[in-house]
Amino acid sequence: MRGDSISESRNISANDQGSANKERRRVGFRRFKNRLAFGLFFLSTLFGIVVLAVLLIDVFRDGAAWITPHFFENFASRLPERAGIKAALWGSIWVIGLTTPITFILGVATSIYLEEYARKNWFSRLIQLNISNLAGVPSIVFGILGLTLFVREFGLGPSILAGAFTMSLLVLPIVIVASREAIVSVPQALRNASYAMGATRWQTIQKVVLPYAMPGILTGTILALSRAIGETAPLIMIGAATYVAFTPENVLDSFTVLPIQIYSWVGQPKEEFQFLAAAGIIVLLGVLLSMNAIAIYLRNKFQQKP
Amino acid sequence: MAQHNGSRFRSPRTGRHRVEALIPKVLLFMALISVFTTIGIVLTLLFETVAFFREVSFLEFVTADKWTALFSAEQREFGIMPLVAGTLLVTVGAAFVAIPIGIGSAIFLSEYAPDGLRKVVKPMLEVLAGIPTIVYGFFALTFVTPLLRQVFPGMGVFNALSASLVVGIMIIPMIASLSEDAMRSVPRGIREAAYALGATKLEVAVRVVLPAALSGVIASFVLGISRAIGETMIVTIAAGATPNLTLDMTDSIQTMTAYMVQAATGDNTYGSTPYLSIYAVGMTLFIFTFIMNMLAQFIARRYKEEY
Repeated sequence: MRGDSISESRNISANDQGSANKERRRVGFRRFKNRLAFGLFFLSTLFGIVVLAVLLIDVFRDGAAWITPHFFENFASRLPERAGIKAALWGSIWVIGLTTPITFILGVATSIYLEEYARKNWFSRLIQLNISNLAGVPSIVFGILGLTLFVREFGLGPSILAGAFTMSLLVLPIVIVASREAIVSVPQALRNASYAMGATRWQTIQKVVLPYAMPGILTGTILALSRAIGETAPLIMIGAATYVAFTPENVLDSFTVLPIQIYSWVGQPKEEFQFLAAAGIIVLLGVLLSMNAIAIYLRNKFQQKP
Repeated sequence: MAQHNGSRFRSPRTGRHRVEALIPKVLLFMALISVFTTIGIVLTLLFETVAFFREVSFLEFVTADKWTALFSAEQREFGIMPLVAGTLLVTVGAAFVAIPIGIGSAIFLSEYAPDGLRKVVKPMLEVLAGIPTIVYGFFALTFVTPLLRQVFPGMGVFNALSASLVVGIMIIPMIASLSEDAMRSVPRGIREAAYALGATKLEVAVRVVLPAALSGVIASFVLGISRAIGETMIVTIAAGATPNLTLDMTDSIQTMTAYMVQAATGDNTYGSTPYLSIYAVGMTLFIFTFIMNMLAQFIARRYKEEY
């Protein structure tokens, strides 16, 4: 149609018309490629979600029937029908209960120092570089550090305390990165207002900066702890037991945690133990997803601030 | 008189001021713990690795092609190559899965997806990123391996293929989210200019946004690969425990991390050569990931496009 109207006003050669057609085909091909790519990109995004769904279905199909009150009340056992996660559950609670305050205090202190006190010189850059490098060190290497330093040198043995120290160092970078972001986002005007009222630096940090940054700090802490709950390798390295038939009484007791209990069941040849492992995974994922939900809730609340 | 006036403006030595002066020192001390952690890691690895090389020659360690560290004393051989080969086999396989899918998801989320869809998909990818590796290991062993064995009937229960696929799945969210961050930070105006020239969405994404965000995208690949090298539980559960110098993905292999778990769970006497070999392997692993992490930071900083 367009070609017709043009040929009325101007005498177009066949050659030009050919190239116009070619151009139209080329545009059509580019549009086709665009649609095809859209499909491919969409599929790759979908892939992750499908895998997540399949994984959850696989775990629930295997393990759901094994989640009974006995499963929470029983210790590990050679007999699958008598085995449970009582020791592992309490071990995880003990380790996380100790890791939480250690990581929180160290992480927030480091962030306050870097953002509020440190001059921007080679030294603070070194600390920053060091933190981002630590974040990339494989967790099993932290396990080696824990084994050498806490278990052997400090003589703590494969205890809850050694495990919690190791875990704290492992997840510390996560808390630091999140806390620093939260502290940076506190408007400078709030600090100035506080100084203008005669408050000292520490009073300003304590009463103005920290409360304002707290949701961000808490989100980071929760994410760090959900990482700590699921970590297996470092605790295997420090020698956490796989067969524990008691609940810990104090921080120097030996222990096991949920992921290690699951690992030990995965390695058993009897099929029932695979189902027990799946049941343990359901409990673990349940804890993790509720922690993530809290983190997302906090973040949404945080983002609504002006 | 003058003296008296001077003291009026001198800061009084009250408890509050002492606290104010003390706090930065306390905070600095806590900040230094992360530095001590790094020093601690390097020193422990170094000391015990040196002790290891007093008993095993360095030449044997890097050139021998057999790793039988946990055998009886006469049969022990300490050639790291099979473990490194196993690690690289899994890592390369994982990269083949994770890089195309990760970059595809990143382009979709940053260029194509409407806001509503993004808000649904991103948290799901975050959940996928937050799943413990022990769960992925279980998934590899009980779901992916049986599926693969229908395709390759001769393949054993423990094989590099299943482990590397699942390690790849594990690092997809990391590559996707870091690449997406890099792409989203490309200014809107550059995209608009390309659209004004008649470019399609694909052309804008691949020829404009991707090159502009390339440093961040490549850094995300390197970080993902570094994570795959250090991944432990998936390979321990699904890849087997046979140090094997092979390129065949259907073989059972052992990675550096899986060896460390095996040696740590066995009962090796403290200070014995097998015990020390954990540190030598750990040192090798640490050097690998350290180089990758430094590379990622270098790429991200050196080739960063400034707007």
